[in-house]
Amino acid sequence: MELLMSIVIGIIFSVSIYLFMSKNLLRVAVATLLLSHGVHLLLVTMSGLQRGASPILSFDAEAYTDPLPHALVLTAIVISFAVTALLLVMSYRTYKVHKTDDLEKLRGSADE
Amino acid sequence: MTLLHWAVLSPFIAAILIPFLYKYLKRIHTGWFVFILPLVLFIYFLSFIPRTSSGEAILNNLDWVPSLGINFNVYVDGLSLLFALLITGIGALVVLYSIYYLSKRKEKLNNFYVYLLMFMGAMLGVVLSDNLIVIYVFWEVTSIASSLLISYWYTREKSIYGAQKSMYITVFGGLSMLAGFSLLYIIAGTFSIRELVANADIIMASSLFIPAMILVLLGAFTKSAQFPFHIWLPDAMEAPTPVSAYLHSATMVKAGIYLVARLTGVFGGAPEWFWIITAAGLITLIWGSISAVRQKDLKGILAYSTVSQLGLIMSLLGAGSAAFYFQDGDSALYMTAILAAVFHLINHATFKGSLFMAVGIVDHETGTRDIRKLGGLMTIMPVTATISLIGLASMAGLPPFNGFLSKELFLTGMLNVTEYGIFNLEAFGFIIPIIAFIASVFTFLYCILMFSKTFMGKFDISKLKVKHVHEAPAGMLISPVILAVLVIVFGLFPNLLAYSIIEPAMAAIAPGILSPGEFFDVHITHWHGFSAELFMTIGIIVLGVLLFMTFKKWENTAFYRGEKDLFNAAYDYGYDGLIKGSQGLTRIQMTGRLRDYFIYMCTFIILIMGYTMYRYNLPLIQNLDLSPIPIYTWLVISVFVGSILTIPFLNNRIAIIITTGVSGFLVALLFVLFRAPDLALTQLLIETVSVVLFMLVFYHLPKLKKVKTPPRMKTIKLVISIGFGLMITLGSLSAFSMGQEANYESISEYYTENSKEKAGGYNIVNVILVDFRGLDTMLEVLVVSLAVLTVVSLIRLRFKGGEDV
Amino acid sequence: MMKKPNNMMLQTLARLIILVVLSFSIYLMLAGHNSPGGGFIGGLMTASAILILYLSFGLNPIKKVIRFDFIKIIGIGLLLPGVTGLVSIFLGDSYLKQYFDYFQIPLIGEVELTTALPFDLGVYFVVLASALTIILTIAEDDK
Repeated sequence: MELLMSIVIGIIFSVSIYLFMSKNLLRVAVATLLLSHGVHLLLVTMSGLQRGASPILSFDAEAYTDPLPHALVLTAIVISFAVTALLLVMSYRTYKVHKTDDLEKLRGSADE
Repeated sequence: MTLLHWAVLSPFIAAILIPFLYKYLKRIHTGWFVFILPLVLFIYFLSFIPRTSSGEAILNNLDWVPSLGINFNVYVDGLSLLFALLITGIGALVVLYSIYYLSKRKEKLNNFYVYLLMFMGAMLGVVLSDNLIVIYVFWEVTSIASSLLISYWYTREKSIYGAQKSMYITVFGGLSMLAGFSLLYIIAGTFSIRELVANADIIMASSLFIPAMILVLLGAFTKSAQFPFHIWLPDAMEAPTPVSAYLHSATMVKAGIYLVARLTGVFGGAPEWFWIITAAGLITLIWGSISAVRQKDLKGILAYSTVSQLGLIMSLLGAGSAAFYFQDGDSALYMTAILAAVFHLINHATFKGSLFMAVGIVDHETGTRDIRKLGGLMTIMPVTATISLIGLASMAGLPPFNGFLSKELFLTGMLNVTEYGIFNLEAFGFIIPIIAFIASVFTFLYCILMFSKTFMGKFDISKLKVKHVHEAPAGMLISPVILAVLVIVFGLFPNLLAYSIIEPAMAAIAPGILSPGEFFDVHITHWHGFSAELFMTIGIIVLGVLLFMTFKKWENTAFYRGEKDLFNAAYDYGYDGLIKGSQGLTRIQMTGRLRDYFIYMCTFIILIMGYTMYRYNLPLIQNLDLSPIPIYTWLVISVFVGSILTIPFLNNRIAIIITTGVSGFLVALLFVLFRAPDLALTQLLIETVSVVLFMLVFYHLPKLKKVKTPPRMKTIKLVISIGFGLMITLGSLSAFSMGQEANYESISEYYTENSKEKAGGYNIVNVILVDFRGLDTMLEVLVVSLAVLTVVSLIRLRFKGGEDV
Repeated sequence: MMKKPNNMMLQTLARLIILVVLSFSIYLMLAGHNSPGGGFIGGLMTASAILILYLSFGLNPIKKVIRFDFIKIIGIGLLLPGVTGLVSIFLGDSYLKQYFDYFQIPLIGEVELTTALPFDLGVYFVVLASALTIILTIAEDDK
């Protein structure tokens, strides 16, 4: 399972990096979203998968899955939502002001 | 905190008060308030003379960062006292002079006096501290104050240029010096100068000795304007004249000399120390005196003359350091050089100070300092002319002034070098007195030129900008007159200084040379028979006069007509080159394209991770204890991978958003499979909100265009993204297997075990968030709210009037 | 979003769904300490419930009903954890130490009360208001 997930995570990262290198703001925004998916899955995978019950003590199981990455990822999901929202709003404002979403045209001047 | 500490800090405290005095007591020239401080300090330091002249040193400790060996320990011995007296004494005179020089109506006096006091305090700190780090801190403050004072008239192009130049050069030196100090700390384990001197033999034996010495000397040489770092000093003349008289001739430029003198006890005796300092001093001496002859600006002449005189003192300290080589040899042979250095230091401060002030008066009254426009001022400004005559005669080395005495001692010191019989001096030693002789001829020459061009010849008002020229007001003359009187007094009665100040200073420079209770027995005389020095002096005068008489012949040569220093061009080219070079370098990498940045970053990550994995043989991805894959997960994962892989090929906005959304919901499903109910719920809800958000925003964005990427670019993108993905896969696997193999006890155990007992909660994830790591959660929530505030202000905040950015 | 929604099905369903979703979200929030849920999840669930309202009834009608300034709610939400954290300082413990105990309440039975609850409530408010503020700000800019 961990091997399979590692490969899946690799694919997510590849696609995300590929999208980052495109010229379009929408693709870049999607790329950040995918990247955060990749990171969240990576954090969960690294500690091992499906090795016990859900981390809720009422289940009274012998072993629980590692709760720490879950806590980390939970906050990470919320923060990445805030960051994605910020990025989206920035691209939205950029388009309104500059009338383009082409990153090639949004470059600063050479002397900056 | 003792009185001595307060003495060092008092100028800083006074500097804080100055702006208020300037603002609320506008009718009184701010300088009068400032004047009190150096005067009081001068008298205070005078009271130390009886103690230091009996060979005593005063040390007051104050801990600052004791764990790092940094303490503000104030140390007063002969050498520090000499400098403290110079700083406060000349300081008082300069402040007095500035009261008349700077108009209280036109000038920003508050800036001027704040910087000046800042400098005074810092300079006292440099000479009175025992700790190298404290010295360094004060040292840099003097550099900053100096730059601020040079750019005092900050609207002038040349002032800014001069300030920047002095800043770059002296701060470069200061940083090298700090590195040198750190090396000394590595060798000896202390920043205290006294302890370093005590451990001099350990330091001498270390392999870091030479680097430490060179780095420290870089600091001293840049500060004291030694060749080839002298170029900042002439440009520093853009500062108001009182500043030039104070910082750039009497005190700050002598900080380097102070440091060399102070550390002679640590480094002295090494042949490298002797050669570097003597050579640098002599080259500076001759280069400065020859350049001074070429100058047309009175302050330019004085600047180069200062450079050359600093070289003179430096070379004497170098020659004197040989005393440490023969611990019990004939100390008189070397100590003459140190005596000459200390004596000339005092003399230079007096005559150069008076000369700068006289030049300031000429500039103030005539509006120019160009010797081609000036002339015949002797009858119009008799007092100024007399002061200049005394100062110049002393500088040229004529009897009976103090310059004559120290010049004779200098020649003696240089002649003595040939008799050392160490450091291969038998072969090259004879060059040293010759250089000294030639440099003295040029010194004599520029002194006559300066006097004759300014005060003799014809007075021509038409060349000047002002209508009337008259003698300066009495107040402005007080300070230069006092200094000129001192020139004569020290010339006639040199032994006034000998026991009180010079001997203790010498003892401080060369600690351990004297046995306790012994004294140097300095006795300076005008006449010591028909010696080599006397004939050299006569030779200097004859040659100098000859060159002056033939002035008309070489007046139009290229040598005299140009006045630019070769090394200035080197600095300018270097400076421009550095700026252009770094701009070019920045432009190459900072293309403004996100794609390029990602290519750089990812390439480096791939290389570093790849190398590390190769280097450590990927040892960990073996014997993986993988959990089984249930059949239904294949379904979820294949749909997930499929949706992710489709995204790059889509060219429709809505399709991209929906596909991304689908992949997000599948992540939630994966979390369910991984038994993380909280994550699954959060992911599910976030994805819902995100899709709404995406829809909202992209409603406003333009349609996607089909982008055609050149095949080469496409290949690069593919290679980098696939390589990056591969690295992540491998990294994830090795992290997983490392966690298994190493058998660490996971910190999660603690949470699992204590969740119920200590926090009363069954949901461990939630307990971690709100109980165990509450502060983290609180700050995380803060981050979210900040992001929201940014979003709100990005959208709602509009600048007034038209287009907003 | 600004076009007048005229979808009978959606509006009728929305009324029903909202009721379920809102009450479930509050349950999630309160039950978070012992079963899946908590401030983050509860807040997001409430936010999506309100979003459904906006989506089905349009921006302005709902604004007349829900008159909260969400940015102020963020402020309250930030204040709550900070203040509950202070309680432990007065009791002589370190900042943000949480307490819990079990109480017998008539009719309901044994109930666990924790100081983590107001803390989580703060998180709930911040997450709820943040999600809504972001979306509403963009929607309102649509002019």
